[in-house]
Amino acid sequence: MTNQHNQNQRRPLGRLDKGARGRIVALDEAGISSTLPPGELERRLIEMGLVEGAEVEVIHEGFPGRDPIAVRVDEHAVALRRSEACAVFIAAE
Amino acid sequence: MTTADVAVAPLRFALVGNPNCGKTALFNALTGARQKVANYPGVTVERKIGQFATPSGARAQLVDLPGTYSLRARSPDEEVTRDVVLGRFAHEEPPDVIVCVADATNLRLNLRLALEVQKLGIPMILALNMMDMAEKRGCRIDAAALSRELGIPVIPTVAVRRDGVAGLLAEVDKALKDRGALLARPGDCGWTEPSSHDLRAYRRRIDEILAAASTPGEPPLLTRRIDSVLLNPVFGLPFLLLTLFLIFQAVFSWAAFPMDLIDGAVGGVQGWVNETLPEGPVRSLLADGVIAGVGSVVIFLPQIVVLFFFIQLLEDSGYMARAAFLLDRLMGGVGLHGRAFIPLLSSFACAIPGVMATRTIENRADRLATIMIAPLMTCSARLPVYALLIAAFIPEDGRVLGFIGLQGFVLFALYATGVISALLVAFILKRTVFKGEREPLLMELPPYRLPRPRNVMLGLYERAKAFLVRAGTIIFALMVMLWFLASFPGAPDGATGPAIDYSFAGMLGHAIAPILAPIGFGWQVAIALIPGMAAREVAVAALGTVYALSETDEALESSLAAALAADWSLPTALALLAWYVFAPQCLPTLGVVRRETNSLFWPIAMFVYMMTLAYAAAFVTYRVASAFLGG
Repeated sequence: MTNQHNQNQRRPLGRLDKGARGRIVALDEAGISSTLPPGELERRLIEMGLVEGAEVEVIHEGFPGRDPIAVRVDEHAVALRRSEACAVFIAAE
Repeated sequence: MTTADVAVAPLRFALVGNPNCGKTALFNALTGARQKVANYPGVTVERKIGQFATPSGARAQLVDLPGTYSLRARSPDEEVTRDVVLGRFAHEEPPDVIVCVADATNLRLNLRLALEVQKLGIPMILALNMMDMAEKRGCRIDAAALSRELGIPVIPTVAVRRDGVAGLLAEVDKALKDRGALLARPGDCGWTEPSSHDLRAYRRRIDEILAAASTPGEPPLLTRRIDSVLLNPVFGLPFLLLTLFLIFQAVFSWAAFPMDLIDGAVGGVQGWVNETLPEGPVRSLLADGVIAGVGSVVIFLPQIVVLFFFIQLLEDSGYMARAAFLLDRLMGGVGLHGRAFIPLLSSFACAIPGVMATRTIENRADRLATIMIAPLMTCSARLPVYALLIAAFIPEDGRVLGFIGLQGFVLFALYATGVISALLVAFILKRTVFKGEREPLLMELPPYRLPRPRNVMLGLYERAKAFLVRAGTIIFALMVMLWFLASFPGAPDGATGPAIDYSFAGMLGHAIAPILAPIGFGWQVAIALIPGMAAREVAVAALGTVYALSETDEALESSLAAALAADWSLPTALALLAWYVFAPQCLPTLGVVRRETNSLFWPIAMFVYMMTLAYAAAFVTYRVASAFLGG
């Protein structure tokens, strides 16, 4: 299945460099340390448009440490930190 | 509700929408200046209400609810939106009609909230705002098809154009005609907090709707180009710091002239009262209590207006979100949220608007940490005290490294001490009291937009009014109270010392003098600090009273400086400067903190920690300076 194929080369959004683009294939907040109750980060990400199927592109990086990042999500732009962006998994187009 | 009520009460509309969707512009376009801002009971979130009339002449009431991405509220602002539309406020019925505002250039994100709001079962109109910009980008939206898909009226609007809301008004008229049907609707609310599964279902539905009703346009390329400079890792921060520096400069230089005018006017009125009225408690209450009290508030208005003007420009243009992005990592170093920088910047003018500006910080711990350090930023009320002491004790021709003036250097050092200690306190607070991970950053970076003068002015007017009303009432009451303490009981006949010495304030001053002796403050300083609690700069006038000087302002400062130079040792003066960097010498700030946190604990905690810091700093300064100077 194509899904299986995507799973093999999916990468967390938080590890992508500026200019990288792709499509979101999964959200998984397990292993992300956060103040939020379980499931909350995932819901907030979806509410900001970061959901399976959305097209994303890393357009800007913060300073220092290239963190946070600005991501184009379909038609709009969202800023988030790399640590939380690691809950978003991307497959290159 | 009786039939008679239904006939007269205007129908209540509520504006709901994402932040940055142009909701406030739409509110301004519909209501013009006929709006008022109040607080929701128990929370310190503003409640903006306005009236408007439809083409058929019917009146309607409009509430502007805080922008939100979802009805699952994250910040106090967003909770208000949720609670109002769900009818959870005890004294407020849910709105009769919801006007959901959606940014047409960013429909995918905006429709999500619309679908959620639709579940409430309240009649709804979708206003497709910024249609002109969507068209410019080549985005085609079929409003009729969208209306069919959603099952509600969909009206294209351009809130910044005069004729941009005509369609919306016509639709409101239609709603008003059916008001009987509207009000009779069964209030079944189908909204429950959505799970991530529900949220994905919303998303799939939006994809279907958009496929049926729109063709996508170009992404905002100009915004991206501007951002490649303004968010650049090399240029981004220097540009931001330059911007903040220029704003800071403007706050002080542009405001100087109107502040002098206000100062002169207040002095003039005081003089007039003193000449016209017979001597006695009434004259004293009017001149030294009421007029001085009002004056001490109004004097800061020019600075606050200038500051708010720039904040409004930054917000309306979309740069504010960029500033939070750029500062996130640096502020994160001490555990603060990127959004904390606006409250802290405001606090350089006055901590009161600073504390009020913390409302946009979602996380309560982050917000409290910001509130607690805001008064450590050197507000402009400290300047007169600094100016007096520097003029009296720091040699004018002193130099640092041969070319930097010593007086200016001391002033800079005082500012820097405030900032550095604020960051240190934040660092400690975030590792002790407000322990825990940082709140995640998930922030839309809206496209850049040219601020509209009308919206800037209306926003500015509202903020200035809020400052005058809220701060004004607190400061005014405190000033009158402190006037009473400093005036009664009056000096006995044949008294030799200044009158204040015999008053309650004088007694208090003498009572605390032994506590202040180890840090080098005599009883004169102790007495001046009591009325100085109203506002820091009042201490200058109080010192004048203690030293029995009765000159006008400018003469007072120069002759007072001479009197102090003769009476105090240099270590005492330095200790007082150190004291003023930290001391919570401002009851109005504590009052506003109480209001904003809705608790007595935080203002008391603020008072205690700042007082401790002030005492420690003054003690160390006095002892070290005495050891070196042999004072």
